[in-house]
Amino acid sequence: MGRIYAIAGLLALVSAAAAAAPARDGLRDLYFGEALYHAYLGEYFDAIARLDIELGQHYALDEPALDPLHYHVGEAEFSVGDFELHYRMHLRAGRAIRAVLEGNVAPAVRNAAAYRLARLYFQKHQPVEALQALDRIRGEVPAHIRDDVAFLRAQVLMASGRFGEAVEILRALQGAKGLEAFAAYNLGIALWRDGRREEGGRQLDRAGVIEGGAPEVLALRDKSNLVLGSALLEAEQPELARRYLDRVRLNGPYSNRALLAAGWADAALGRFERALVPWTLLAERRATDASVQEGLLALPYAYGQLNAYGRAALLYEKALGAFGFELERLSASIRSIREGKFLQALLREELKQDADWVIKLRRLPEAPETYYLMDLLASHDFQTSLRNYLDLEELRKKLAAWEESLEAYAELIETRRAYYQPLLPDIDRAFRVLDSQMRLRLEQRARLARRIDAMLTAPRPEFLATAEERIVRERLAEIERAAARRPPAERAAILERVARLRGVIHFRIRTEYDARLTEAYKHLQELDAVIAALRERHRSFVRTRQAAKQSYEGYEALGQLRGRVRDAQERVDALQARQGRLLEAMAIDELEKRVRRLEEYQVKARFAMADSYDRAVKAQAQERVD
Amino acid sequence: MACRREEKKTTAGMAAALFAAAIGSAGTALAADGVREQVKGLDEQIQEIKADVLGIAAELARLEEKLLYPSDTQVSLFVALAPAAKFRLDAIEIHIDGKPVAYHLYTHKELEALRQGGVQRLYTGNIRQGEHELRVSVLGKSENGTKHRWSESFKLAKGVGPKLASITISGPSGQGIALKDW
Repeated sequence: MGRIYAIAGLLALVSAAAAAAPARDGLRDLYFGEALYHAYLGEYFDAIARLDIELGQHYALDEPALDPLHYHVGEAEFSVGDFELHYRMHLRAGRAIRAVLEGNVAPAVRNAAAYRLARLYFQKHQPVEALQALDRIRGEVPAHIRDDVAFLRAQVLMASGRFGEAVEILRALQGAKGLEAFAAYNLGIALWRDGRREEGGRQLDRAGVIEGGAPEVLALRDKSNLVLGSALLEAEQPELARRYLDRVRLNGPYSNRALLAAGWADAALGRFERALVPWTLLAERRATDASVQEGLLALPYAYGQLNAYGRAALLYEKALGAFGFELERLSASIRSIREGKFLQALLREELKQDADWVIKLRRLPEAPETYYLMDLLASHDFQTSLRNYLDLEELRKKLAAWEESLEAYAELIETRRAYYQPLLPDIDRAFRVLDSQMRLRLEQRARLARRIDAMLTAPRPEFLATAEERIVRERLAEIERAAARRPPAERAAILERVARLRGVIHFRIRTEYDARLTEAYKHLQELDAVIAALRERHRSFVRTRQAAKQSYEGYEALGQLRGRVRDAQERVDALQARQGRLLEAMAIDELEKRVRRLEEYQVKARFAMADSYDRAVKAQAQERVD
Repeated sequence: MACRREEKKTTAGMAAALFAAAIGSAGTALAADGVREQVKGLDEQIQEIKADVLGIAAELARLEEKLLYPSDTQVSLFVALAPAAKFRLDAIEIHIDGKPVAYHLYTHKELEALRQGGVQRLYTGNIRQGEHELRVSVLGKSENGTKHRWSESFKLAKGVGPKLASITISGPSGQGIALKDW
């Protein structure tokens, strides 16, 4: 079962990578674009953090439809689930996807969610739940995931041992774009495991020559040939097996196993001189590999079968040297890991800048503890643990930086408080005076406006008399009163003139009334502009005052946040220490297994070497006798 | 004969082992059940702490925005590549009112992220309300390897709320740099 998981794991990764980078046309929300940018850079923590904030704000709005994120909200929900999967937060991703499944969404969206949930279960080695999730897919399946859904179903069925059903699905997927090599190889395996070995063999034969230059296609081609070759060898058909083993590239990930198997195919046919070719090639390779170690024993075995006992003895001796060297290196690695250097090496910052940091780490001459890292990484549990350990280190650094920032923010807030707080009472007093004056002017303006409006329906020309006209009228009234004390003849003349002047003013006020009313409106509008400017200054003052106050008030959460950061730091430290110890234990356990295997090989090589020397001596003696 | 039988047995044994190795994982069976349980248990606890730290990150971002970039003065500039842009963006420099505020040299990975449609937040800062001059200078290479440097100036109007603007770069010719208010 585990074997199929490994195949499936590889495929799931391919599908996940393809799904994580949809084309982005017509982006309507900058923050969503920013989250995608982080995700494309592999910075999933930042991508999730950005989207979490955006989605939280979006759902808190009274009218989410006015928020630009609403154009992408479905995609954003899916993306956050994807990012969580990449950030290995399967529990949260699963909850998010289940929420989509249970929500009121279109069938295409629900089916896409069910597919993601199934993929998640499959990655977590839960095929039963994966199948249940896939069974929830009904109706329209988005075209871009249709083949992936079918392929995942086949993988899940294979993981459940239901190879016959998987065969039917995989047959329909032959030639599916992007899945060609995967579907071809898996069909071969499914047929084989279903007991249809002949048909499975033919299919693996086809998968072994499938076209394509991508590394994963080439690797699957090699794997198909290796599987078929090994299976034929097991079925005692070495001649045919050799044909498929020869197809495996000499520099691919399966080349060592193919060379070893090719030698055994020749050996099974009794063609030991031919077996020397792949085994000699193999024996020259890096002796950390199990196939190479076996090759080191197989090569002298072949020479022995060819009666070249002297050569065989020498090669057994060479193998013993290689095993000894390897054992020393393993011991140094184990010692170094026990001294805590392995974890230190994993955190070397300068190496992380390089995409091939694992390979570089292995090559460090002064770091025996990392020499077997690549080999250890072949284990899923070790990979998970290593990724978690590195994630915890990232969290530790983030939390340490935040702790410093929060201290600086607390200082900043106190500095602002010390500056603004003493200033505010005086400013507030001055503001209140200005504020009351402004309110008074506003009331006056309102009164004027009301009066002008009233004059439209009931004209009141005297209201529009100029100040000069009002003074003149008062002066005329005074003259009129003074005229009462004059002799009648003179008084009559004065009153007549006063009446004439009054008439002039009255005439002017009446005839100019419309023009004056228009002018009054203009003045009122000018006044409005002044008042609007005043109001803006008033608002600006209120905002500035509020901003000043808000710059040091309302940060009670800061204290809580510092507490949360400290708590998280303690938990991260404890988890990182536990994860580190587990990594060390796993590494040591694996290396000790290698030590035991090599020690067994050493014993075998010693006996075989002694036997070969004996036979060589006997052969020489026989030659002398002859 | 005995030797031949033993030989045959050896070959068959090797073949079975090879088949198992070939069809199975390249990895060695590292973890016993106990270890696997430990890995799983720790993994779940690590997922929990990740969720908690993400919560802190969100809270901290809100606090930082309020404390460092109040909406009255906040300005954020984002960078995007036009969908059909066929040049290599090397660097970008931003001046606001004649003062340099941001400079960024692009790595291959960042450029790919932009090409895929990601939007980079290049700058967040504070400016007064009113009109400002924004100058964007870009350094890049065209498809034939020719180096180009091109600039564009824009008016940036800052109002009461946070100001968001995106700079879309399409190439050294024509309207190579566009500004959009959000």
